[in-house]
Amino acid sequence: MATQPVEAQKTAHIRIDLNGEMTDVSFAPYKTLLEVLREDLGHTGTKHGCELGECGACAVILDGKPVLSCLVLAQECDGRKVVTIEGLTADGQLHPLQEAFGDHGGSQCGYCTPGMIVTAKALLDQNPNPTHEQIREALSGNLCRCTGYLQIFDAVENAIVEISKRNAAAK
Amino acid sequence: MPREKDLPKRASRDPKRSGDDLRVIGAARRRVDSRGKVTGQPIYADDISLPRMAHCKLLRSPHPHARIRSIDTSRASAHPGVYLVLTGKDMPIEYGILPVSQDETALATDHVRHVGDPVAAVIAREELTAFEALDLIDVDYEVLATISSPEEALATPEPRLHTYGEEGNIHKRVSFEFGDVNVGFAEADEVFEDLFFYQGSTHLAMEQHASVAAKDRDGKLTLWTSTQVPHYLHRSLAKVLGMPTGHIRVIATPCGGGFGGKSDPMNHELIVSKAALMLDRPVKISLTREEVFYCHRGRHPVLMKFKAGVKKDGTLTALDLQTLVDGGGYGSFGVASTFYTGALQTTAYHLPRYKFRACRTFTNKPPCGPKRGHGTPQPRFGQEVQMDKIAERLNIDPAELRLRTAVKPNELTANFLQLGTVGLSECIERVVAMSGWKDKFRKLPEGRGVGLACSCYLTGAGLSIYWNQMPHSGILLKLDRGGGVTLQAGTTEIGQGSDDVLSAIVAEILGINTADIRVYSGDTDLGPVDLGSYSSRVTLMAGNAAVQAAERAKAMLAEVVAERLEVPPEYLVFANNHVFDPGAAEKKLTFPEAICLAEAKFGTIGTAGSYWPPKMPAAKYKGGGVGTSPTYTYSAAIVEVEVDPNTGWLRVVNVWNTHDLGRALNPTLALGQVEGSIYMGLGEALMEEQDFRRLPKKLSHALVHKAPSMLDYKSLTSLDMPPVYTEFVEGPDPRGPFGAKEVGQGPMLPIAPAVANAVFDAVGVRIDEVPITPEKILKALAEKKAGRAPRFGPKHFPQIQWPEPLRVPPPWEGGDGRAINDTPKPPKPAAKVEKVLSR
Repeated sequence: MATQPVEAQKTAHIRIDLNGEMTDVSFAPYKTLLEVLREDLGHTGTKHGCELGECGACAVILDGKPVLSCLVLAQECDGRKVVTIEGLTADGQLHPLQEAFGDHGGSQCGYCTPGMIVTAKALLDQNPNPTHEQIREALSGNLCRCTGYLQIFDAVENAIVEISKRNAAAK
Repeated sequence: MPREKDLPKRASRDPKRSGDDLRVIGAARRRVDSRGKVTGQPIYADDISLPRMAHCKLLRSPHPHARIRSIDTSRASAHPGVYLVLTGKDMPIEYGILPVSQDETALATDHVRHVGDPVAAVIAREELTAFEALDLIDVDYEVLATISSPEEALATPEPRLHTYGEEGNIHKRVSFEFGDVNVGFAEADEVFEDLFFYQGSTHLAMEQHASVAAKDRDGKLTLWTSTQVPHYLHRSLAKVLGMPTGHIRVIATPCGGGFGGKSDPMNHELIVSKAALMLDRPVKISLTREEVFYCHRGRHPVLMKFKAGVKKDGTLTALDLQTLVDGGGYGSFGVASTFYTGALQTTAYHLPRYKFRACRTFTNKPPCGPKRGHGTPQPRFGQEVQMDKIAERLNIDPAELRLRTAVKPNELTANFLQLGTVGLSECIERVVAMSGWKDKFRKLPEGRGVGLACSCYLTGAGLSIYWNQMPHSGILLKLDRGGGVTLQAGTTEIGQGSDDVLSAIVAEILGINTADIRVYSGDTDLGPVDLGSYSSRVTLMAGNAAVQAAERAKAMLAEVVAERLEVPPEYLVFANNHVFDPGAAEKKLTFPEAICLAEAKFGTIGTAGSYWPPKMPAAKYKGGGVGTSPTYTYSAAIVEVEVDPNTGWLRVVNVWNTHDLGRALNPTLALGQVEGSIYMGLGEALMEEQDFRRLPKKLSHALVHKAPSMLDYKSLTSLDMPPVYTEFVEGPDPRGPFGAKEVGQGPMLPIAPAVANAVFDAVGVRIDEVPITPEKILKALAEKKAGRAPRFGPKHFPQIQWPEPLRVPPPWEGGDGRAINDTPKPPKPAAKVEKVLSR
């Protein structure tokens, strides 16, 4: 049996809140959220590194929780809220995590960075003041081969300080 | 909130040396490409999608060693949605990264040499269709005996993996003697003989290899690919496709990690290029993680025998080193790697006499090649652990032993490597001070220990991979009337920060900001040739080319500004986007004004810079080119471990390290290279293994990768990474741009031996191989308990038929860098012009 062209296979359909924007997408029903984001929605910021849920490069935030999008079927996501790395900047401004990753060497080759930053964001959204150990724990499913993780911890810890400063200033 | 005391203080810099007038160089800066990296914007090769793009998948050999009797592709070709099926006969021209090892074809012609060796390619409308069609290709294999280890390769000359090489399954043997080591051993008070084994490991870059090829509107070829070496790939494409390089454009896409794994021209890159030309449509391939494990080109497993003679005071009298190198199925960089298993044994400690013999064998495994440290971590491990044993036996502190024997600046070594600045002693003294070594060594409670090791690494290979007289790096600068500067380079940004470093150098010289510079790198059409991101060469070589290009532009601007302001050009300072006379406040022009004046006088402002390494290496003997470098870096590391004697569990508690990098051009990036190197060194020390196993006999009995997935191939996670305390030893080297030397590989090298030495300090057992696993520690502890040698490691080094060594008297015995027993060669043709380039 030959595979049908992908266009003919687009029998599944979901509507999701993608980075704050209601988005409709049709796709082949076997596809993972990662594949739909990258191939059907043109959001290539989310990376794939292993296809098996082992590396964390494909992390996105689904309804507030960090998930590995290569292990989530897109069909499960109808009506849900997805945040990817493309959704972190607001009004042309980088998120403090993004600023801090830039300032503190948290990103070298950049391939693990989107997954790393959204995982860190999911942590800070739930716990604005994590300890060093909690940060290490939260990022332990995201592999990075360049940095040795330490500058990533620096980045997250500096972002925490910056976010709390901004929150204090906003009050 | 993280408390201040929770945050480790890292990368303190020597205040004595940072107080000069540089503004951009030496300042911790956000790298120029950081915005893209943190927003998910860079388009990696796998992110590319082009109109009408087809997809390629490769059929790979299920056998470790077989002849191909026949391949029938008819069913696959007839499968709906399949555009093209390629086999070895479609592209039979051999290629390989080294001119002496042109032993690969893009697809196997009649012989497969490891599981995963590609046999056929399917190009189809959909990737899934291509996958399906792989099952429709019928290959008739004649299975051959598998060579699974170097020992087996030595004992089994037939069947041969390759018809070239030395004999049987021996790919390459090298043999040198720099001074008579027997004299040295006779002079020694003690002679140490130790065997070590360093397991292979793989790069595990986060990004799998991916490539997209397309035929351009004018019929030329463009290949977007994840590579570290667009120039060498460019040449291989020209050879295999039979096209002039001028008709091929290689664009190195943002590289999601290399570490040496993207330094060979890869078969899939050639295949999609061929297919795109034949099909007249773009063709893409994205390897799976499993396929990447079978492409490999990583760390060679090396068995080593070290015999060292020492005087009672720790002075080394001689070293005799033998290495046996497991090459895998193809040459790759292997001949160079083989030389590197002994080239740098002379560059850290003064060795008056040195004998080095190495043998690389072919085995039916994915080819090994360059991984961070290229061939040198293995013998560095052996040498540094042996130094620890020497210190123990002679009752000398290991740091003191190394200080006594450390090489001196500008020394010419026994094997005629010309050293530059040498910060080794300062590295040792500072790491000892910062770690509290003297209060810890042999003083911690049982189960805790510290170990020290040092290293040396090159700052760029002194010779290019193919013989030529052209520069190793080139830079083009274009200055725009509006003040923008465009920098075009052949360099490859693989995450190490080369775009940033080149921008910083140009910004410093022209007095502008890195934000005002746009870098185009890794594109063979846009940038002048740079040999690639390997051998820690880019900062020094491309950096010096950038210095030259920027100084040339600065001279043009200075001439016109001097005329306008009526001051001597040498009074002018370029800073803060202005050109001015610091002695007269009113005498100043903005940088764009200066460019406009210069353009009015000279026309379009573009300059070029080039870099050649020192042209006459001191080593004139055959093979003496490997190990030469413009200058060398030094590192020292102390690792503290905790070992549970009941379970063997090993935990790294702290790492302190110092690295002599000349000058940190961007300390944030330099620290990232140091910490990344240490991380990778810990991975190899503790857990990483590119290891193989036999499938059960009732299955195919094939030799397959033990763990071709990121879950089973163990690497350190954020929870495993210990605190690392780093100090840069900055003594600017006149050979480097603004004094900079390498930082991307050297800091890795002392880590594994420092861990082994720390384990000995903790529980009194020697683990003479990596990875150092709890199982091995337990076995060594059991040996200790039974009253046998408290050690785990190799017990036997095979007899190898070594060729007569090239005898090169060292400098202090009146040697001139030539071998005294080499047969003279006919003289080289004066100016060999590359065939490909002359078309």
